[in-house]
Amino acid sequence: MAIMNVNPTRMQLTRLKKQLRTAVRGHKMLKDKRDELMRQFLDLVRETKDLRERVEEKLMLCNDHFVNASAVMSKEALDASLMSPKQQVNIHTESRNVMSVDIPVFKASERTADSGDIFPYGFAFTSFELDDAISALGDVLPDLIKLAEYEKSCELMSAEIEKTRRRVNSLEHVMIPRYQDTIKYISMKLEENDRSSRTRLMKVKDMLLEKTYHYSERT
Amino acid sequence: MAKHIAVLGDAESIKGFSAIGIDIYPCEGDEPSRILRNLADSEAYAIIYLTEEVYNQTEKERSRYSDRLTPAIVPVPGVKGNSNTGRKRLSSFVEKAVGSDIIFGNN
Repeated sequence: MAIMNVNPTRMQLTRLKKQLRTAVRGHKMLKDKRDELMRQFLDLVRETKDLRERVEEKLMLCNDHFVNASAVMSKEALDASLMSPKQQVNIHTESRNVMSVDIPVFKASERTADSGDIFPYGFAFTSFELDDAISALGDVLPDLIKLAEYEKSCELMSAEIEKTRRRVNSLEHVMIPRYQDTIKYISMKLEENDRSSRTRLMKVKDMLLEKTYHYSERT
Repeated sequence: MAKHIAVLGDAESIKGFSAIGIDIYPCEGDEPSRILRNLADSEAYAIIYLTEEVYNQTEKERSRYSDRLTPAIVPVPGVKGNSNTGRKRLSSFVEKAVGSDIIFGNN
């Protein structure tokens, strides 16, 4: 039994009872927070896992196209055709609050209005493999941005869940039992004091009566 | 404020990204850590993609930004193939949150 180092007084007892009430309420709320966070986190992770598999598959395909393109074209020609990009992706970052965790929301906007207009070279001297690679990359971009958003959210949420879990556990297994034990200890101590003063009073009363009426001499 | 996207890795894997509007930073050897630090501290990038090799090289740098909203640092497979780094990363999140991996548990 771990009790706190406190004086067994009535004032301390009321204070501890109040703290216990707060701790219990906090524990309940944190537990709810943990459960809800966990639910959302698991949903998000499942979604992220599917998204990542899809993105990785597409990216591998893009890489294949690029390898083919670099096989057909000379390295210099390939580098030159990609040297001056037309497109520029701008990301507007906002944050969304999920159970007190700030998670990012990325909104992408592109410089050119037409999202199909991404080829930064003339078609005359480049291989069609390169076109395939670039257009496949263009297709995967929205998913790629979503993946970044989801993975960052997972990362932030997992850290928060870990923190909340620690708090819940420490309240449940350390703080609350300690409060309860201390409260029990103080109330027992107070009762004990009460009993001892009561017996003392009874004894004193007996002695006083004895002194006045001399009961023991009469019998 | 509008931010951009960057991608770090070996030149072979990342040069295509420049066409779709992502800034590319080819690097090799021990350069990635320094470049990553510069990019992340410059606040100009919301997302930084790393090829898996670079991702595995820069663990110390990445941990500095893990509790920040941006930049989001995400591994992508390079030309050398997919080594499941992204999957492992996700499963590490699950492990951290739940205590044991219950999503990728079967392998």
